[in-house]
Amino acid sequence: MAHYIIDALAMLGMSYVMGFLFYGFYRQFNARVQRRWGPSVFQNFFDNMKFLFKTETIIHGPMFFFGPMIIFAGAVTTVLFVPYLKDSNWLQGFSHSGNLILIIYLLVVGPLGNALAVGSSGNPFGVMGVTRGLTRLMGLEVPFLLGLALVMVQHETASVHAIMAAQTDFAHWNLMTNPIAFIVMILPFMASQHASPFDVVGAPVEVYAGPRVEFSGRLLGVLMTQNMMMTVAKLVLIADLFLGGATTIWALIAKTFALFLLTAAVSTSFPRLRTEQTVDFFWKIPLGLGVIGVIATVWFPWS
Amino acid sequence: MYHHEHCEGFQCEQQQLEASLAQSGNELGALDRLMAWFRQRSLFVLAYGTGCGAIEMRPLMTSRFDAERFGIIGAATPRQADVLVISGYLAIKTLKRVIRSYEQMQAPKYVIGLGSCTINGGMYWDSYNTIKQLDHYIPVDMYVNGCMPRPEALIEGFVALQQRIAAGTPSGFERYRANIDWYKANQRRVLGDNMPPDYTYDWYHAGGVA
Repeated sequence: MAHYIIDALAMLGMSYVMGFLFYGFYRQFNARVQRRWGPSVFQNFFDNMKFLFKTETIIHGPMFFFGPMIIFAGAVTTVLFVPYLKDSNWLQGFSHSGNLILIIYLLVVGPLGNALAVGSSGNPFGVMGVTRGLTRLMGLEVPFLLGLALVMVQHETASVHAIMAAQTDFAHWNLMTNPIAFIVMILPFMASQHASPFDVVGAPVEVYAGPRVEFSGRLLGVLMTQNMMMTVAKLVLIADLFLGGATTIWALIAKTFALFLLTAAVSTSFPRLRTEQTVDFFWKIPLGLGVIGVIATVWFPWS
Repeated sequence: MYHHEHCEGFQCEQQQLEASLAQSGNELGALDRLMAWFRQRSLFVLAYGTGCGAIEMRPLMTSRFDAERFGIIGAATPRQADVLVISGYLAIKTLKRVIRSYEQMQAPKYVIGLGSCTINGGMYWDSYNTIKQLDHYIPVDMYVNGCMPRPEALIEGFVALQQRIAAGTPSGFERYRANIDWYKANQRRVLGDNMPPDYTYDWYHAGGVA
């Protein structure tokens, strides 16, 4: 029992620390691309703490309060059901009791909680943001699920542990054996991280702040916290599924950082797409590739 | 707290000035100091482009002067902002929007008055439809003097504000809460019946004054 509690706390703490350091790196990376110094690597931590220490937080009714809590609970459970290390007793959480299908369900808890909370705030900009978010979700969920399905079909299991165990060395990584699934998966993954070509939902530095427009103070702090933890959980999930998992913490950090760097590089290079362009893109390129991938995996099982 | 029986007219202003001078922030506990440090390290700015000063905010935020080095970054909505930068003169119509934006921000919040127009009216000193002293309508934490101040001056103002926050000096918001009657009376004097809706400061009616 004590093992589970310590393990869960370690996973949550590690996701949080990795999350704010990765986002801090992202802000510095962006700054250097724009030829400026940028903030400290710990800036996201400072921002988050500042919001958590605000003395005033506006709340529009009970649902407005429970929405961020639902999102936060979704993030925490996702973190706990993704195995962080391979062949280890530590950083496993409850991943032995769950599988990929459960994780797919948990990934949508966030957007739903968001819609519930923002709807009760009555802010038209917030509702606009949620509409954009759910439209984009419609575009990215289909290829995302198809990418996961491809991996599950390839290994004939829904267990993340079994998929990790099957990728023994670099040549057997799913990245090498099933590159189509990786491409199908990585683009919606970038969108789900709110990275630049697909960040029309939050639309930072535009006239409004998307679904978060009405959140302030501690609720915004909670939302920032869950966002950082969720990002790391998703990165670890992709590393588990395609990069063969990680046996040590250092390997885990290296692999997730490589994925994060890929996202950061893409998002600094490409301008923002409009909502309908995003959906069009997802239903053409990744979905088309996904269909090709299904045909290839079912008819030519080469792995 | 402001009451009519205690002072009259400019005496109130004098009292407020002395009250804020008398307070030093050295009595902060460890957690308060930590909170103050986080607060000063991360300032989200609601840049209110009222006057010509708005033109100085763009180079400040972008690559040339890069305010993000100091943890200063633009916020899209008043709900998430910590600092309201009033960049220049305020027409009476604009004042109404400023008050509304200010009251929607969540405490602790700070106001920076940018340019001479916020101090004494500047070149609009005899205009019929601009306010002359911003501090009569919303509490200003830091003035940046000049017409227009360069982005360097604005950065200096921000850094001075950060030092005040780190030292735990009470922010203008506390002054606003304590003297809400005075501020509202001043606002009513210029806005007349055209006052902004009062649900943005509903703590006032809830009896939670100061």
